[in-house]
Amino acid sequence: MHTRRRAIVSQLFVVFCAASVLLALVPLAFILFFVVREGIQALNLEFFVSMPKPVGEVGGGMANSIVGTLILSGLGSLFAIPVGIMSGVYMSEYAGSRMASAIRFAADTLNGVPSIVIGVFVYGIAVLPFKQFSAIAGGLALGIMMIPIIARTTEELLLLVPHTMREGALALGATRARAVFSVVLPAAAPGIITGVVLALARIAGETAPLLFTSFNNRYFTVGLTQPISSLTVQVFTYAISPYQDWHRQAWAGALVLVSLVLLCSLLARFATRKLEGLGRG
Amino acid sequence: MQWARKDLGFRISTGLFGLVLISIVAAIGVELTRQSWLSISKFGFAFWRTQTWDPVAGEFGALPFIWGTLYSSIIALLIATPVALGIAIFIAELCPARFRQPLVFLTELLAAIPSIVYGLWGIFVLVPLVRQFQVALPDPLRVLPIFSGPPFGVGMLSAALILAIMVVPFTSSVAREVLKSVPRTQREAAYALGATRFEAIRTALYYARTGIIGAIMLGFGRALGETMAVTMVIGNNPQVSLSLFAPQHTMAAVIANEFTEAADDLYLHALIEIGLVLFIITLIINSLSRLLLWTIGRPGKAIPKRTPTPVQATAA
Repeated sequence: MHTRRRAIVSQLFVVFCAASVLLALVPLAFILFFVVREGIQALNLEFFVSMPKPVGEVGGGMANSIVGTLILSGLGSLFAIPVGIMSGVYMSEYAGSRMASAIRFAADTLNGVPSIVIGVFVYGIAVLPFKQFSAIAGGLALGIMMIPIIARTTEELLLLVPHTMREGALALGATRARAVFSVVLPAAAPGIITGVVLALARIAGETAPLLFTSFNNRYFTVGLTQPISSLTVQVFTYAISPYQDWHRQAWAGALVLVSLVLLCSLLARFATRKLEGLGRG
Repeated sequence: MQWARKDLGFRISTGLFGLVLISIVAAIGVELTRQSWLSISKFGFAFWRTQTWDPVAGEFGALPFIWGTLYSSIIALLIATPVALGIAIFIAELCPARFRQPLVFLTELLAAIPSIVYGLWGIFVLVPLVRQFQVALPDPLRVLPIFSGPPFGVGMLSAALILAIMVVPFTSSVAREVLKSVPRTQREAAYALGATRFEAIRTALYYARTGIIGAIMLGFGRALGETMAVTMVIGNNPQVSLSLFAPQHTMAAVIANEFTEAADDLYLHALIEIGLVLFIITLIINSLSRLLLWTIGRPGKAIPKRTPTPVQATAA
């Protein structure tokens, strides 16, 4: 009797775990379904090539926001990739040192800082002194969010590179720098690129750090010292507006964002799978 | 000799980039303190005890924001934790190997969806559902403080639900890793003693308890700092209320909403002080959770080393 009760409890537990998975997948399906259904209605060529129209005029697009997001992400990468990769190299090369632990701690801390706080910080250092919202400030905020992701990915992947490769290079008389840059980094490069793509996917969807750094702009700009539009901030502006046509545009923007993120994740997954295959072979 | 110097140069130059990383974190703390000094020096601790938020009169009390942030995150955690642990256990222990990767991918997709998209979905899909739910609630329940208030749709429950969905993938992926680090021998020993599946997994959970708590706290840290999705559905009304249906506010949301409107310095400094405290709270929560995960993350170090008996050697 007692045994039977234990068996039933066990069965219920298994059912609960399976149900949890379903429970999490329901919102996922629900969200994707709505984004696709609502987004596809406003998504057409015009959305990608034309500018936002004033309230009341139907149509228009987010060309300036799309370009803005690309510029901001590009600026972020420009800033984050060198710092991220080099910090990663230091952490893996001098893994036992106190400095490496400090960098690791800083990276993990930065990774946990709410994005809105990073926005406030960048406002203080890059907007307030110049009394001007700018693309540079927005890029800086996104870059700060990318650094810890890139640094930790680089570290992990460099540690995966077989020790013998590094030793081979050193045995041939290479300096440490030469061994790292010519042998170890290239071996880990595909993985690091995957990490960078994932980091990009994540920050391209960020809104909070841009609200008061790059702000928003109704016009098409590529000037780095001016406020610039971005997909996320534009979707936010449209979503909280009372206009139906803007809501449709917001959904279309959301669809573009989700597709972007999905594409990056799939690409990254494909790349890592290939990598794992190589490692096994 | 020359090589040694070159190696030192390499160490210094890569180290400088690492130093940039460290100084960013330090600079965030310093800069936020500096930029909120007016508010810190004027209100002191009263800032966190008072409830009046009246920018026009220059009165700033941040209690409603702290309350909203903690209340929404805790409710979200109560909903998300069982589900996240269930997912982690299902993927790590129960599901057939060929479903494992696809399931991991799908749950991680939840983490990849931008928070603005969650917010948009929240406004147009979730909020109306919550409103319907509230209207359909039987009258006797509505007199309870947690269910009181008119049906707006936007409010605490909508925010907590969205947060719960967003937190699940974080907690579950860390918990999954933690479960993976539990030695197989733990479960095998339990099975050998005649344990059921549930009892064996419970043993593994108990073994990994610090790590599991770490995973939950990591989710908590995420929930505390979440901005966009919350600000779009919580109603943005600074009040301290127990009601799940009352429009409230959070620390992150008030910054996002009012920062560009802050006309005078004191207002701006008050908002930045909220940012500073949010920074400190998440710093503490994340450090604690990493500390807990760290002890379990290295199985070799967490468990005192013993010379493996032949049985253990084959099991490993």
